[in-house]
Amino acid sequence: MVQDMIIKDQAEKAQDHADDCVVKVRGLHNQFGSLVVHHDLDLDVRRGDILGVVGGSGTGKSVLLQSIIGLHKPNAGKIEVAGRDQALLSDEDKKAARREWGVLFQEGALFSSLTVAQNVQVPLREYFDLSPRLMNEIAAYKIAMVGLPAHAGPKYPSELSGGMKRRAGLARALALDPDLVFLDEPTAGLDPIGAAAFDQMILELRDTLGLTVFLITHDMDTLFTSCDRIAVLAERKVIITGTIEELLAFDHPWVREYFHGPRSRAAQKARRRVE
Amino acid sequence: MSGVGQETIEEPGLEIDGHGDVLRLVARGSWLIETASRLEDIVARVQPMAQNRAEIDLCQVAALDTVGAWLVHRLQLQLDAVQVKTVFRFGNDKQKRIVEHICKSDAYCDVEPPRESALLKLVEDVGIATVTIIVNFGALLSFLGNVFGRLSRSILDPRRIRLTPLVYQMEVVGLRSMPIVGLISFLIGAVIVNQGAVQLRQFGAEILVADLVSIGVLRELGVLLTSVIVAGRSGSAFAAQIGSMVMREEVDAMKALGINPIDVLVLPRIVALALVLPLLTFFSDVMGLIGGALMAWFTLDITPSQFLNRMSDLSLLNELYIGLIKSFFFAGVISVSGCFQGLSVHGTAESLGRNTTAAVVESIFLVIVLDAFFAMFFTTIGW
Ligand SMILES: Nc1ncnc2c1ncn2[C@@H]1O[C@H](COP(=O)(O)OP(=O)(O)O)[C@@H](O)[C@H]1O
Ligand SMILES: [Mg+2]
Repeated sequence: MVQDMIIKDQAEKAQDHADDCVVKVRGLHNQFGSLVVHHDLDLDVRRGDILGVVGGSGTGKSVLLQSIIGLHKPNAGKIEVAGRDQALLSDEDKKAARREWGVLFQEGALFSSLTVAQNVQVPLREYFDLSPRLMNEIAAYKIAMVGLPAHAGPKYPSELSGGMKRRAGLARALALDPDLVFLDEPTAGLDPIGAAAFDQMILELRDTLGLTVFLITHDMDTLFTSCDRIAVLAERKVIITGTIEELLAFDHPWVREYFHGPRSRAAQKARRRVE
Repeated sequence: MSGVGQETIEEPGLEIDGHGDVLRLVARGSWLIETASRLEDIVARVQPMAQNRAEIDLCQVAALDTVGAWLVHRLQLQLDAVQVKTVFRFGNDKQKRIVEHICKSDAYCDVEPPRESALLKLVEDVGIATVTIIVNFGALLSFLGNVFGRLSRSILDPRRIRLTPLVYQMEVVGLRSMPIVGLISFLIGAVIVNQGAVQLRQFGAEILVADLVSIGVLRELGVLLTSVIVAGRSGSAFAAQIGSMVMREEVDAMKALGINPIDVLVLPRIVALALVLPLLTFFSDVMGLIGGALMAWFTLDITPSQFLNRMSDLSLLNELYIGLIKSFFFAGVISVSGCFQGLSVHGTAESLGRNTTAAVVESIFLVIVLDAFFAMFFTTIGW
């Protein structure tokens, strides 16, 4: 009896979690020619989580992101964002759905012919008819929100450093107050101080705006400091999703090497010192 | 904020209660980006009253995003400006966090860089253009000097010539452009005969189309058509290939490894084009003449043998030489400007596009200018 209830309880809990998944990927299959990138891949992103996605280079992290946001049409599989099957949406629904997420591409992908402030205004212009004053004010506070100085607003992307470009890209991704943000290696190529500041900002924005974050990263510090859960991509699927403690205990050669390697140990030590 | 689309948007509002000694502003409905225009009006209409304290009550707000929070903040600033102190009453923690975060992020920034006056801008542009032309000319001269230096070393010591890229370039530039060069020359030869015949028939001198097409094609059209096609096809490719290598720092890597990029990237292209363009020109001449002869046969009943007879009466060898000599120089113009523009790419993808266009425009322009000089020259020496 008791056991039954526990099982039932667990099932209900699992059900709860399933309902609270912003992104649900089932049986995803992606293939380029004869190269199978994903096979039978399942992934859940829970509401309010920062989910770190790790995996060796070329294991298809970026392709997974592109599949979820509809830039790449998967060969097979079902992708649900906010409970809606992406394959079944009409073009208008798709456009409406795009509003609910923001994407930060690997290098920021700012429009080079526009200033930072104008870049932030692009989605505002596309979706709404706002007064010029309000548009400028929105651009200004978004720029301040991602920690850019005010003098970055009228600059062109070519005049910015790598870290500033990333922040400007994030400001554009956040322009429409999305619930869900996709970040592709946001701290790659940044200096450690800039990277740590970026991690801190993501955490802060998640807490104030209630974001759900899908974060591809190779940065051990990011994994240890910001991520609530981590999904590991290997052997063409997500082999495990769990907290860092769960991953440290997980027995798989790649995962063991990754999380027990020298860089991981250094990051763990650093975290322990902070705590 | 969560799940736009599932959420119904309520009409926003602001109730103003000025009876107490604290001005009470009670916000209602959705304070979202969707309702921002109405909210702006609502906020602008708020008039300060007798009180010097105000309370903004957000407990009744159904939904609030950062734009709504910004407008709440704007309302606060507006009251601040007339010395009214405001406090907030929040309905929940989330509202509090967002509004406080937005208040913290209040900053002004320009959207565009400051504009200079038009006159100043004009003077500046002219100045920059002048300096650019002079600097570019200097750079081109030094590039040419460099190329000739490396070229003469290679000729003196032929083992230094890099055969593989040379042959590869000859294939790409020469062999692969034969179909398009041949087709266009064939058509142009045919069109000249067709159109020339209309005029010459008035004098009963149809046979003279052979003169028209053979002199025209051998002396001018064959080489010009070929040069323009190759400038469009290969000049742009040179600039784009070399330019993208500059962008990816491959050229710097070569220099760091002690490899001279002129030897590896520029010389094979220049030599390949110098060898191949005369051949292509000859091919174009032949195809043009075939096109002309066939058109004459079909529309004017001039048999190929009559056409050939007429041609052999003319001294066409000179015309052929003129075309081939010119093609050699045009090859130099096209490959030098393509390679030079490629190597002058700086960093951005924009400059890659600009330089590629410049390579094509510049080389076609120079080919035609040079052709005009050659026309005067050959007329003067009586060829
Ligand atoms: N458009 C494409 N065409 C062919 N192969 C691709 C394409 N995009 C990605 N790939 C391949 O898919 C694999 C996964 O790529 P990617 O997702 O970019 O890896 P990463 O995990 O490093 O982000 C790589 O082997 C890559 O070569
Ligand atoms: Mg990637």
